[in-house]
Amino acid sequence: MYKITKAKLLAENIYLMDVEAPRVAKHCEPGQFVIVKIDEHGERVPLTICDYDREAGTVTIVLQTIGASTEKMAHLKEGDYFGDFVGPLGCPSEFVHEDIEELKKKKILFVAGGVGAAPVYPQVKWLHEHGVKADVIVGSKTKDLLILEEEMKAVAGNYYPCTDDGSYGHAGLVTTKIEQLVNEECKKYDLCVAIGPMIMMKFACLTTKKLEIPTIVSMNPIMVDGTGMCGACRLQVGNEVKFACVDGPEFDGHLVDFDQAMKRQQMYKSKEGRALLKVQEGDTHHGGCGHCGGDE
Amino acid sequence: MADVLKKVPVREQEPAVRAKNFEEVCYGYNKEEAMEEASRCINCKNAKCIEGCPVSINIPAFIHEVKEGNFEEAYKIIGKSSALPAVCGRVCPQESQCEGKCIRGIKGEPISIGKLERFVADYALENDIKPEKAETTNGHKVAVIGSGPAGLTCAGDLAKLGYDVTVFEALHELGGVLVYGIPEFRLPKKKVVAKEIDKVKELGVKFETNVVIGKSTTIDQLMEDEGFEAVFIGSGAGLPKFMGIPGENANGVFSANEYLTRNNLMKAFDPSYDTPIAAGTKVAVVGGGNVAMDAARTALRLGADVHIVYRRSEEELPARVEEVHHAKEEGVIFDLLTNPTEILVDDNGYVKGMKCVKMALGEPDASGRRRPVVVEGSEFEMELDTVIMSLGTSPNPLISSTTEGLEVNKWKCIVAEESNGKTTKEGVYAGGDAVTGAATVILAMGAGKAGAKGIHEYLSNK
Repeated sequence: MYKITKAKLLAENIYLMDVEAPRVAKHCEPGQFVIVKIDEHGERVPLTICDYDREAGTVTIVLQTIGASTEKMAHLKEGDYFGDFVGPLGCPSEFVHEDIEELKKKKILFVAGGVGAAPVYPQVKWLHEHGVKADVIVGSKTKDLLILEEEMKAVAGNYYPCTDDGSYGHAGLVTTKIEQLVNEECKKYDLCVAIGPMIMMKFACLTTKKLEIPTIVSMNPIMVDGTGMCGACRLQVGNEVKFACVDGPEFDGHLVDFDQAMKRQQMYKSKEGRALLKVQEGDTHHGGCGHCGGDE
Repeated sequence: MADVLKKVPVREQEPAVRAKNFEEVCYGYNKEEAMEEASRCINCKNAKCIEGCPVSINIPAFIHEVKEGNFEEAYKIIGKSSALPAVCGRVCPQESQCEGKCIRGIKGEPISIGKLERFVADYALENDIKPEKAETTNGHKVAVIGSGPAGLTCAGDLAKLGYDVTVFEALHELGGVLVYGIPEFRLPKKKVVAKEIDKVKELGVKFETNVVIGKSTTIDQLMEDEGFEAVFIGSGAGLPKFMGIPGENANGVFSANEYLTRNNLMKAFDPSYDTPIAAGTKVAVVGGGNVAMDAARTALRLGADVHIVYRRSEEELPARVEEVHHAKEEGVIFDLLTNPTEILVDDNGYVKGMKCVKMALGEPDASGRRRPVVVEGSEFEMELDTVIMSLGTSPNPLISSTTEGLEVNKWKCIVAEESNGKTTKEGVYAGGDAVTGAATVILAMGAGKAGAKGIHEYLSNK
């Protein structure tokens, strides 16, 4: 059992939790993830690591309610427990192993979309702690959904918030902000790290490809075990099939087949939606969602 | 008087009924049946059956006790050699091991050793007979990686010798392939696997789940920081293989590992569990091993029409005869001498069919089996919504890539001596699928025993 030592609502449907998991806290690095299971009946849900405290033995996770399992997790409070919490899984970000002096010469741009700010944060923080200032674009639909702003500002070089509805910061998509920085403000970047919904990563990659900026993305496909055993998370990357859980989750964004990855992510969509509505509406759910025809 | 040349038949669930549920297929013997079957044993002095057993159970001795009705005594005899008799009695390929060597088998049917072992083990589980544990502990700490058959056996043997053993498991549940791979209808999880693991716990073995060695910690750290003097690696062969044909990343193409893990470990067949499974309505399972049979029979129980697609003929099917027989009885259709060439995908990325060719058998290949060759112009299409690839697995590199000085061969299998599990790194032993590539539960258990022996010798002389 893994104790939740802190739980807070960051924005609508987005929760932050600190969880006691000493082995994970001791070994995790930016770029890695964990798999969390609420109880015996729950799914194994992959979640990004947002922060960690090696001394306290805690790991910070951020979750957005997207299905039945995450909806149940959202109800957990400080002092509650997760049944299972395993990690760190996947490979750390490449820069963790790079020569720090070389790294300091690089201009790095992070592009986060929605809850993608959570996995971006430990990377920017790590760089900050090693004397590297990276620029960060964070996009969200609207001001209220923007998360981790203060934390990010404290560790980023330049911080550029964007909202789709123009309620805060740059009005528009993160891709237009990337173009603006490079084309209008004449900024030069040696590397871009884009993390967020697949559709956002796809378009960020199309933009950076045009601008000739090498780009790393962090893929979040469907997973079961997270240790390379099932192959559910397989992706086409260039000419190769890769498993996001053990080969990734970070890949060269210009080589990832996003269209295939997005189709694969739809695999259980109707089932997940059905399970979610069942949780939310309980016995009152009899097909009103227009998708599932009720519980048959 | 029963015919001594024939086995006492074992009761099974009717095929038409069991094809729709996940209850165990075989009911096993009751006391009377077990004693009658045991009385067929002629108690050979030079018992060939023991040679056929990878863990060398004293088979005639335990059968003798069954014949006399001393089931507890029979359990103790088996317990000296095997930590998981209720599992082995169910999933061992007895026909090619103990029963294959049985002298009774020359003129009639061999003794039903597997079913007798199962009876004795189930009797012990039902009557809560405790295994004999070490009287004193020796204080030496040993880590075992993986709680599958190799790890459990190694841990049990070392605990009986007085070692302080901790087993590290990557998944949230103990048992390895016994829980994620082999389905409920062949090996019940709560009734058999969990209880058998409880017996290993009673020996004093400690377990820690959710620890991925190579990620959560490493072998070097276990030895340097946590005081483990020796390590046994029984991490299995977890990585699934795919064919590399077009369309294989379509929605509806699964590895057998994924399909079985969703159903067995995550219990997707039970609506009270959250993990979904796209069961499929027209399913092809590609491959002919035991895992392919398990996947096919699972899909069948989830309501699908199921075909096994295998490129050689029935004779070469690597699955146990009993599994093939059960699959056929339940209604799985076998498309033999058939090989897929492409998976057909609809506009939304879902499987809609599979292109195959017919095969014919040519000259024997390196494995001694006749090599399948394509029959020209035989291409045809199957209409499907699900394809399950069951082509075997290879060892996971997570441990070998993070352990200094641990040698692997070209198939990424850990190099270890067969007799004692010794690897190229001091104090580190290995066995089971991590060393041999995908094999059977009992061979892994044999390797776990050898590893325990190797570790005992090493720590005794240190």
